[in-house]
Amino acid sequence: MVCDMNFSELLSRVVQDTVGNNPFGDLSGVLSGKQPTFMDGSLLMFLPELIVVGTILALLFVRLLDLDKVISGQSVALLGATVALLVAVVQFLAIKNLDPSTSGVVLPKTMFTGLLVYDAFTVFFKVFLLLFLQLVVYLTQLTGLPDRDDAPDFYTLLFGSTLGMLLMISSNNLLMVFLGIEMTSVPSYAMVGFLKGRRTSSEAAFKYVVYGAGAAGVMLYGISLMAGLLGTASFPEMAARLNLVIGSGPLKLDATLLTLLLSIVMILVGIAFKLSIFPFHFWGPDAFEGAATEVAGFLSVASKGAAFALLIRVLLALVGIDQAPSGVMTPVFFYLGIAISVLAAVTATFGNLAAYSQNNIKRLLAYSTIAHAGYMLMAVGAMMVLLNASKHVPDPAARWELAIRAIEGLLFYLWVYMFMNLGAFAVAALIRNELFSEDITDFGGLWTQAPVLSFTMACCMFSLIGMPPFGGFTGKFMVFSSLFQAGHYHWAMWGVLAVAGINTVFSLFYYVRVLKFMFIAPAKDGARRVRVPAWSAAWFFVLSLAVLVLLTGMWGAAPLSATAHEVAAALFP
Amino acid sequence: MNDTFWLLTWIIFLPTAGAAGVALIKKESVETMRAFALAITFATFLLSIYLTWGVFDPTDPGIQPRAPELVSKAAGGFSSQEIAKQYGQRGVSTTWIPGWNIEYRLGYDGISVPLVLLTGLISFLGMVASWSIQKEVKGYLILYLLLETGMMGVFLALDFFLFYVFWEVMLLPMYFLIGIWGGPRREYAAIKFFLYTLFGSILMLIALLMLYFGSTGSGDVLPTFNILKLSAIGQGLIPNLAYSPAVQLTAFILLFIGFAIKVPVWPFHTWLPDAHVEAPTPISMILAGVLLKMGGYGILRIAFPICPAGAQAACLVLVALGVISIIYGAFAALAQTDFKRMVAYSSVSHMGYVLLGIAVWKLTDTGAADGSRFWLQGINGAMFQMIGHGISSAGMFFMVGVIYDRVHHRDLNKFGGLIGLMPLYGGIAIGLFFAGLGLPGLCGFIGEVFVVLSSWNYSPVLAIVAASGVILTAGYILWAVQRVYLGPEYKGPHPEAITPLTEREAFVGLTLLVFAVILGVFPNLLFSKMEKSTEQFVSTMDAGYQASIKPATTTAAITNTK
Repeated sequence: MVCDMNFSELLSRVVQDTVGNNPFGDLSGVLSGKQPTFMDGSLLMFLPELIVVGTILALLFVRLLDLDKVISGQSVALLGATVALLVAVVQFLAIKNLDPSTSGVVLPKTMFTGLLVYDAFTVFFKVFLLLFLQLVVYLTQLTGLPDRDDAPDFYTLLFGSTLGMLLMISSNNLLMVFLGIEMTSVPSYAMVGFLKGRRTSSEAAFKYVVYGAGAAGVMLYGISLMAGLLGTASFPEMAARLNLVIGSGPLKLDATLLTLLLSIVMILVGIAFKLSIFPFHFWGPDAFEGAATEVAGFLSVASKGAAFALLIRVLLALVGIDQAPSGVMTPVFFYLGIAISVLAAVTATFGNLAAYSQNNIKRLLAYSTIAHAGYMLMAVGAMMVLLNASKHVPDPAARWELAIRAIEGLLFYLWVYMFMNLGAFAVAALIRNELFSEDITDFGGLWTQAPVLSFTMACCMFSLIGMPPFGGFTGKFMVFSSLFQAGHYHWAMWGVLAVAGINTVFSLFYYVRVLKFMFIAPAKDGARRVRVPAWSAAWFFVLSLAVLVLLTGMWGAAPLSATAHEVAAALFP
Repeated sequence: MNDTFWLLTWIIFLPTAGAAGVALIKKESVETMRAFALAITFATFLLSIYLTWGVFDPTDPGIQPRAPELVSKAAGGFSSQEIAKQYGQRGVSTTWIPGWNIEYRLGYDGISVPLVLLTGLISFLGMVASWSIQKEVKGYLILYLLLETGMMGVFLALDFFLFYVFWEVMLLPMYFLIGIWGGPRREYAAIKFFLYTLFGSILMLIALLMLYFGSTGSGDVLPTFNILKLSAIGQGLIPNLAYSPAVQLTAFILLFIGFAIKVPVWPFHTWLPDAHVEAPTPISMILAGVLLKMGGYGILRIAFPICPAGAQAACLVLVALGVISIIYGAFAALAQTDFKRMVAYSSVSHMGYVLLGIAVWKLTDTGAADGSRFWLQGINGAMFQMIGHGISSAGMFFMVGVIYDRVHHRDLNKFGGLIGLMPLYGGIAIGLFFAGLGLPGLCGFIGEVFVVLSSWNYSPVLAIVAASGVILTAGYILWAVQRVYLGPEYKGPHPEAITPLTEREAFVGLTLLVFAVILGVFPNLLFSKMEKSTEQFVSTMDAGYQASIKPATTTAAITNTK
């Protein structure tokens, strides 16, 4: 039908797709759900990203026009992040209250002629990433990581990387997958090497670049194979094409299937690199150790969150959610789910074992990040198994319900993970500013000097172990329950569950070791004293993170899990 | 949400509120903090007394509070099966995480009420004993109060998820209380305690997932964590919904290991001597007095009722483990030269009676109950032993702590003649040690006798072995009393530091001794509170076992006729 169009018609349709009929909407109708506000025209749906872009420009202009005497780069960044977050929140509320019958809007909507997708999942992750961005910007202000001169450079990189992540989470096309990942990675390389004078920092950045470039190359190759094979790169069409290409009848291992499997594996390698999944995790500890603590904290949470969102999107596009239950590829995806879960179990085990001997807090948290990526990947594996267990559960709606639970667990886990990991990195950064040390053996007797820092660290560590009443437990419980459910359809998933349980016990050692130094060991002779005065901004910041970690395990668990459930359910028609 | 809901909530969370209060008091005003924390534990104790005598109805065997429609029917008007089916109308609840059907559900019956009372008492006395803590008092008091919240929560929770949360919550303060305020090997002891319990908890978590997801027949109904409903399913009281014997056995083994670590049952006991020895005195009192009872309570409240078939299949092993614990603990206690370590091993031995009493569940070959009166006696004995041991072991640890505070050593061979130097202390201590020994007229006697008598029905051989444990107990306790309190003179270091008991110490010791005597002379005070509930427990378990193996036996019968 596109062929029948002349150029001007095409142009006007592109313009309409971009700007919409009613570009400025009706803000009063946002929360009533009657007006399709923010859901008409790509630019409006893209507004938070545009604000991020605007902030980057503002930061550059501040430097160019010598305005940083008047307004500091930090303030511009904080303002930009906050406004973008607020817009994203309004978008989320608008989607939550959307009433399709009166507004006439049916989600998901595509943006920019189908390259990006706009649905509850997108906006949920927008809020996640922008909230995290805002918290990180605030943290860097507290710790003074970039000085006044460097601030515009640093925040440009930070915002650029976030922009890439925002593209990742809303990808609707294999091309955008690659663009998003690259756009996230390139500024990250520079951020890791931001401490220019330090050798380890440059080395870390170099390692990160080499690994990243390699993984990106493999991924691009996989994308080209898949797009070539399927004749499309657009997510909504992939599953149908896949079934056409493979054909009906018994599955046989011919060249087409092999190429297809190869391309799937290659694409997953690219995402696994971002997630630091074994055996693509080697960059993680080095990059984290070399980078500033704040940057490590940013990478450990934001890039994981975005990569998990992307992974879910890619896998759902392959499986296809509107296909008949008898897809030919179903058994392949079923075993792919098991393979992912086993890989996740290996990753978690490796991360936990390697974390044992670490004394550098950043390196320890880097291995902990690897372990947690493993736990979260288990939810993805469980989702694939549950989604493709058509042999055991013929009713697709029942399978979807199970898969929705798995995604709900992952989303819940990611939110808790954001608070607890950022809390741990924030405390580490604040201690570094006082002690000039990142070695946990120097943390002796800290709790008598800085009780709130120590309290937050204890909350975060216990939450990372997965102890109630902290949010980490609730998240882990949800992931474990998906694994258990998946175990009904293949015993290997129960094996993964057992490994996950044993890992939880193992991880106790090194997390508690940090607490042992902070609480039990005496202060070293002549060590500097840590002072974080009560009611100071830093005191308040870490305390509120601790409270959030607690809340997600108590009263907050109900609304958060309900929201995560709604968002996950919105992925399925 | 009625008055009882708030009463139970206050019993659990008043200590937390107190902890928040302590956090607001200035670090320098140590005495104010101590007095405030003491007032909080005392108020909690008063609330638990009010619960026991003012609210709790001992004539109703089921979980209380009841829904109004059940109250109107005369007490005892329901059969035990009917009571077991009233899972929706018993206890008080409010939703917590509705998407997962997780509730904040509380309730009490004759099994939990005595333990709540014990927790209130021991926490209060432990707080009185905490005046000996001098280091970082503020942190200590906060953690102590949080610990009390965890313990009360475990005994009052009726939602398995909530139970699990409280079970773990109590771990966190314990780690710090042992790790920061403990003895020389405190780091090792704290992490060992933490690790053992966490390992057990993970097994429990897996069992929890099994039971949770098995508690719904169709995808439309959300599964449940309600312990009463899970029990009803396990006992075959809900049509078309049952845990198969294989599931029951797996879940029971997982749950049992989780609880057995806490009891502790041989061979999961090795954390206990380290934790007890390194913990400061008040924490040892709590550990022995309350924490160990959680294991027994978990077995009674969760493992047995939800998995009757699994429990029955494992009974012989459980009885054997109980007897081994009794004998092993007693021999190990005999071999100790460290006073506190000896008392710690005596706990292993005494808690073996609890397991033995719970597990003497004998059935005939056809699955009918064989002498359930004896099993009832065993359960009653186990419950009594839990309370009695809570009093006597807390007392013994306190007595050890008193002398350790003065002379700073615990070597049994370097004491002697203390009764002459500290007559009041010596008198109270000997009284409490005799209570631990199981002397008639004191609280340790009733429980042991009931358990040993009931075990005769199960297996005369094991009964004889268990009874011989009593002799070993007498051996190590009398020997210890002789070496520490009797004898001509004190042989150890710091003889100059031996001063008479302070009033505070005398108050703690005398209170415990008074309770030991009261329970020993009037055991019915306790039995009258719990016997309806234990009767209900025994009869539903017998019926539940019948029901839960029924499908299997019918299929077996069909295959036989073919």
